[in-house]
Amino acid sequence: MSKRIIEQNAETLIFELSDQNRRSSSLAPDIDVNDACNNLPEHLQRKKKLQLPQVGELQVVRHYTRLSQKNFSIDTHFYPLGSCTMKYNPRVCNTLAQLPGFTARHPMAHSSMSQGVMSCLFDLQTLLMEATGMKQVSLTPMAGAQGEFAGIAMIRAYHDHNKELQPDKEPERSEIIVPDAAHGTNPATAVMCGYKVKEIPTNDQGDIDIDALEKIIGPQTAGIMLTNPSTLGVFERKIKLIADMIHKAGGLLYYDGANLNAILGKVKPGDMGFDVIHMNLHKTFSTPHGGGGPGSGPIGVSERLQPFVPVPIVGHNEQGYYWITEKELPLSIGRLSAWMGNVGILLRAYIYALLLGRNGMVRVADFATLNANYLLKRLMAANFEMAFPERRASHEFILTLRKEAKEYGTTAMDFAKRLLDYGYHAPTTYFPLLVPECFLIEPTETESRDDLDAFVETLIKIRDEAEQSPNLLKDAPFELPVRRLDDVKAARELDLNFYYSKC
Amino acid sequence: MPYIPHTPNEVEEMLRVIGAESIDDLFDEIPQELRIDLEKSTGLNAIPLGKSEMAVQRQLSEKAMLDGTPLCFAGGGAYEHHIPAALWEVATRGEFYSAYTPYQAEASQGTLQVIYEFQSMIANLTAMDVSNASLYDGASGLAEAVLMAVRANRKAKSKRILMPESVSPVYRQVVETIVKNQGITLELIAIDQTTGTINQEHAQQQLHNDETFAALVIPQPNYFGSLEEVHQLTDWAHKQGGLVIAQVNPTALALLEAPGNWGENGADIAVGEAQPLGIPLSSGGPYIGFIACKQKLVRQLPGRIVGRTVDLDDKPGFTLTLQAREQHIRRSKATSNICTNQGLMATAVTLYLSFLGTDGLQKVAASCVANTQKLITLLEKSPEIKFPFGKTVFHEFVVQLDVSVDSVLERLAEEDIVGGINLSAQQVAGQSVDANKNQLLICVTETKTEEELRFFSETLIAICSEISSLSNSEGELS
Repeated sequence: MSKRIIEQNAETLIFELSDQNRRSSSLAPDIDVNDACNNLPEHLQRKKKLQLPQVGELQVVRHYTRLSQKNFSIDTHFYPLGSCTMKYNPRVCNTLAQLPGFTARHPMAHSSMSQGVMSCLFDLQTLLMEATGMKQVSLTPMAGAQGEFAGIAMIRAYHDHNKELQPDKEPERSEIIVPDAAHGTNPATAVMCGYKVKEIPTNDQGDIDIDALEKIIGPQTAGIMLTNPSTLGVFERKIKLIADMIHKAGGLLYYDGANLNAILGKVKPGDMGFDVIHMNLHKTFSTPHGGGGPGSGPIGVSERLQPFVPVPIVGHNEQGYYWITEKELPLSIGRLSAWMGNVGILLRAYIYALLLGRNGMVRVADFATLNANYLLKRLMAANFEMAFPERRASHEFILTLRKEAKEYGTTAMDFAKRLLDYGYHAPTTYFPLLVPECFLIEPTETESRDDLDAFVETLIKIRDEAEQSPNLLKDAPFELPVRRLDDVKAARELDLNFYYSKC
Repeated sequence: MPYIPHTPNEVEEMLRVIGAESIDDLFDEIPQELRIDLEKSTGLNAIPLGKSEMAVQRQLSEKAMLDGTPLCFAGGGAYEHHIPAALWEVATRGEFYSAYTPYQAEASQGTLQVIYEFQSMIANLTAMDVSNASLYDGASGLAEAVLMAVRANRKAKSKRILMPESVSPVYRQVVETIVKNQGITLELIAIDQTTGTINQEHAQQQLHNDETFAALVIPQPNYFGSLEEVHQLTDWAHKQGGLVIAQVNPTALALLEAPGNWGENGADIAVGEAQPLGIPLSSGGPYIGFIACKQKLVRQLPGRIVGRTVDLDDKPGFTLTLQAREQHIRRSKATSNICTNQGLMATAVTLYLSFLGTDGLQKVAASCVANTQKLITLLEKSPEIKFPFGKTVFHEFVVQLDVSVDSVLERLAEEDIVGGINLSAQQVAGQSVDANKNQLLICVTETKTEEELRFFSETLIAICSEISSLSNSEGELS
């Protein structure tokens, strides 16, 4: 079979297009490799030659362009993946962040050659402080999970510092409280910072069970990690009471900013009583998800955590912009990335924030909430069951397909896979873990009503299929590059490396 | 309204379906006293009103122009290389740029196959069995490697990590931040002051009472550009019951021995920064960390991993695998709290290595070596410039000046040159401070022409003597 025909199959790998005798590149310098190697000690040189693919430039472009076409993406499909805020990523943010002055700057360049980018970062710090009501923002965490780590590490540094100052008065604080509906990163982060995790239940209205919380709080409490609106898609109404309870016990409140899109311009986490928050810029500030990263997870802190923020941050005085480092902040938890976090992503968020302005930020929450509540009501009218029908949706809501599972034997995952056939990326499935057969649906503000209507019609159609020919769901998808994959085989017969499987 | 397609009519109809009077009513579950009052100074006054795309473009272009595109001789973990024009054209296609983590495998075969190819290429570069789908950056990647080594080396039952002074000081700081709350200690191993490489005797002395350690970190090339005796060090660490974490530059691996082939049995974990493979300097991020290991450690790897499998029709396809290690399943017992990889950057790296191929990457690496030696030869002409750690280097080297490095870098900046990294400004606890006085770390890659090398060397030499004569005359005056 010729290579051209192989390329039309799903599985052709770049390595299979390679011939080690091919030399077609204008991309590398013209140099005698052996000559240069004379400068390196013989015994430290590579013995076995590399086996990177040798492929023509056009063939590389075509291979990866074709691969890209096997993806669903925001640019090509409605992508209502709950908790991920898959809204439009304005192209201009990418274009401007790639201006040569930004991409060419070395992280250690002299500050006299860095005033442009530093002024952008300083302004972004200010914008984010205002939007969240926090006293200081540090931009360095490279993803939401790293922002979370920074947040809990700061809570720990704060308690450790207090203990040092008052060894007799200050108790040993060893526990972080996490709701049962929390993102998996929350408990994983608490453990990374050396804490024990205490879970608290949620009541049938989606609010935290205050009685259970009361029982669990004590002198051992270091803090609590909350998302608001919660992962159940509803606003935690007793947040002020919870904040008071935790603060009274000497603990601190951590805000998981995963759902900030719902309240941008409406409520500030700082006003709710949070001491530290992280923001997912790839969600709320529309930086690219990129197939799973890079993220960006700046943190904001209240006054009491200000001495502990990760460095560097950008300062400003009459001489211009400068780096604030460990020297000025000796109690800082330290550095999380080699330099300044994901600056290229921070620039994209900054550009997005400038385009929106404060008026645009308010509209984000307005229309994200309008779209979610509209979708919820339309689906309810079509007799789909909601997890919290009495509550307002925030920017997302939970639909449960347990009735359909019972009657037709079709699971939420079957619905998800069938949606793919109709050109919709599936909502988040089976999260939060509390609701059986659930979809977490987040339409975002950038989707039009027509697209929401079409999504409702499609779900109704799929439910009809579930009733009449459930195998259309159970065996779905049919229209994608591959059908359902054998995950068990993937984990049992590990094939993670083309070369290794060839050894 | 920017990025919101609704017409006033649609909004009205949607509110009617919801049964609400206004959009504001949709926020009625939020306690009134918490709501932002836009009329008040506590509102959002520090955020300007929205601007048009044209206005923002003008504003950002001016900022970018301020920083310019200087001649760059700084490295230290961030390296300037030529990036093929086609690379970012393909990588920023909407289907890559605006997709998310490939949870729905059938709708994400593009991203998944790219990651499988990325993993294969990283494994091949490092001569390791398996790689993950990438980590945030090289520094946090090293922290993950340290955590992984402590988990994996059950025999040693030790939380000690031997961390040489020849590992980047910023990397050491990041590792410290990330691992310190888990009872892990980093023990600094001094360098040999004549070579700038790990002093093995000093490492031996650290093993007081025959106490063992979880792992030794070996950088190659190291922070000073010098080459470590990787074979000897690997065998030594293994003999003591420690694992070996190789912290490597991926460009250099085209010519330097790969971690999997160090010593008798090879390093156990290879980690590093893949930014040199197609990612612009961009002030330090977004970059991409890579981590690869021997097959027997695969279940200790942090982060995403993609595997090849088959679908219902036995057709090959790709999916996320070994998810039982991860936070969304294991929660508090996960190997790490990491959710994402550095997807878009992994796509860029995969494209870079495909465009360059074995042949191209070798040429890039060889050109780095050759250009670096050319600059060394030019600088040798000045008796004031010394090479404390010798000249056997990959693409970075240390020079010792008679004058303050800070003043030299400031003067070079006036000539639109990023002259390198001031090592004395980078002291961290425990480092031999005096030894690095007036030391400058210089990097040369394939991007520099003969003229630029000559211009830089002449400028550097001239500035050094200018500052030196200035301070001498000041000395005479006082």
